[in-house]
Amino acid sequence: MAEVLVYVDHVDGAVRKPTLELLTLARRIGEPVAVALGGGAADTAATLAEHGAVKVLTHEAAEYADYLVVPKVDALQAAVAAVSPAAVLVPSSAEGKEIAARLALRIGSGIITDAVDLEASDEGPVATQSVFAASFTTKTRVAKGTPVITVKPNSAAVEAAPAAGAVEALAVSFSALATGTKVTGRTPRESTGRPELTEAAIVVSGGRGVNGAENFAIIEALADSLGAAVGASRAAVDAGWYPHTNQVGQTGKSVSPQLYIANGISGAIQHRAGMQTSKTIVAVNKDPEAPIFDLVDYGVVGDLFDVVPQLTEEVKARKG
Amino acid sequence: MSLRIVVTVKYVPDATGDRHFADDLTVDRDDVDGLLSELDEYAVEQALQIAEDADDAEVTVLTVGPEDAKDALRKALSMGADKAIHVEDDDLHGTDAIGTSLVLAKAIEKAGYDLVISGMASTDGTMGVVPALVAERLGVPQVTLLSEVKVEDGTVTGRRDGDAASEQLEASLPAVVSVTDQSGEARYPSFKGIMAAKKKPVQSWDLSDLDIEAEEVGLDGAWTKVDAANARPARTAGTIVKDEGEGGKQLAEFLAGQKFI
Repeated sequence: MAEVLVYVDHVDGAVRKPTLELLTLARRIGEPVAVALGGGAADTAATLAEHGAVKVLTHEAAEYADYLVVPKVDALQAAVAAVSPAAVLVPSSAEGKEIAARLALRIGSGIITDAVDLEASDEGPVATQSVFAASFTTKTRVAKGTPVITVKPNSAAVEAAPAAGAVEALAVSFSALATGTKVTGRTPRESTGRPELTEAAIVVSGGRGVNGAENFAIIEALADSLGAAVGASRAAVDAGWYPHTNQVGQTGKSVSPQLYIANGISGAIQHRAGMQTSKTIVAVNKDPEAPIFDLVDYGVVGDLFDVVPQLTEEVKARKG
Repeated sequence: MSLRIVVTVKYVPDATGDRHFADDLTVDRDDVDGLLSELDEYAVEQALQIAEDADDAEVTVLTVGPEDAKDALRKALSMGADKAIHVEDDDLHGTDAIGTSLVLAKAIEKAGYDLVISGMASTDGTMGVVPALVAERLGVPQVTLLSEVKVEDGTVTGRRDGDAASEQLEASLPAVVSVTDQSGEARYPSFKGIMAAKKKPVQSWDLSDLDIEAEEVGLDGAWTKVDAANARPARTAGTIVKDEGEGGKQLAEFLAGQKFI
């Protein structure tokens, strides 16, 4: 059976959820071979094996943390040369897409980004993409070379599928370009204790209607009652009420949770682009004409300062 | 010596219009008004600021696209860019990201550059990979997705806000930079700027000027193939209630019915 390379996104050996989703998709096409790089790479093996990786290729070097993108491209290229895979899957983070694109160019392959589903076909893997602010769905194939495909979080379920997960050292020689862009400082994002926005099953967002940084406390309270991540519209972020890292929309994160709760968000196209593929959408907004109501499964026309705290109390009461 | 800045820009269908696909499954560019991609305005802005801070600099805007794409160049020129290059060729229709990066890289090399600045992504394709591809092709450092950028003494520095961390980056020129919408509000063209733009030079190049064969680009040369494009079925109309004092409870009831609570 053909092997499929899966690029592992991990933090010091802790594998992030989108990588496990990639293993689910990779198993539809062939046998997943994972590539883990940098500090803690070998520590990823147990989790990856549990989810279907037959092999885990690892390489640790300071370059992965000290320089931007290119060392990882060099390593993935070495892995492609070693394995001759049927496809290469990479998580659709900003960095993941850059790594995938440069790899594709080097190995003479086409690239597909932001797939939301993947299936095998006689002509290679077919990716489903959601385009034009999720108003269209396309089916796309790579026409030349080894398909390189980046996949968005929440595109597949994480499945247990125990496999060998044998750790093998990957031989990597860095290119002249590898040390071109130096990372001179790194400030880790402060943990909020909430789920990662792009990975969360439930996202609770606030927009212009929240009307002030201090009022985001009621959005956070609802999120915490549901175990959800907190999002914000561009209007709220531009006003300085909530950090840009939480922005949902075209220039922020694109999310696809089971449940999206939009509070005080009108639903401009730029926002819809980032949340329209959510499975269930609900909204609370004062304006009955707000375009967000065109998308909702359930909407409440009302003042979010009345509705949201009441909802939070009700959720807490029901959860006991 | 003059600092040569090339800004890559894209002419895109207006996101607030009814965007759709043409019969050959390329983006339909005829039925929807086009404009300079909003995210490229940030690139033009940063280029202008870097040029203003430099002793001597020249900002060239570059686009690859059909005849109408000149509008995007005109907008950038009216913001303050010095000159423009338009790569236009019928054989470019349907070119994908890999092909576009080839055309851009060849044009950038022909124009001459110390610094390339791009937006974080286009508002139509939204891949966000072209700056990385151009850097790979040019063989120069990629300093991308910056929320802050500075150029001094032949070195570019900037802040990249990633998923897990915020990173400080540094590279020597020549380099390829991309900037996010957090990099700073783009200026509006002034009346004087709009008038001046009419007199600024716009150079037109075709594929032969760049020594690119037609087979390397276009729909037939594309490295990816779109098999189908379907409008997403409209979401079925949901239930909308007016809050009469029980709105939160009603919403909770709905969420419980959907097994979210």
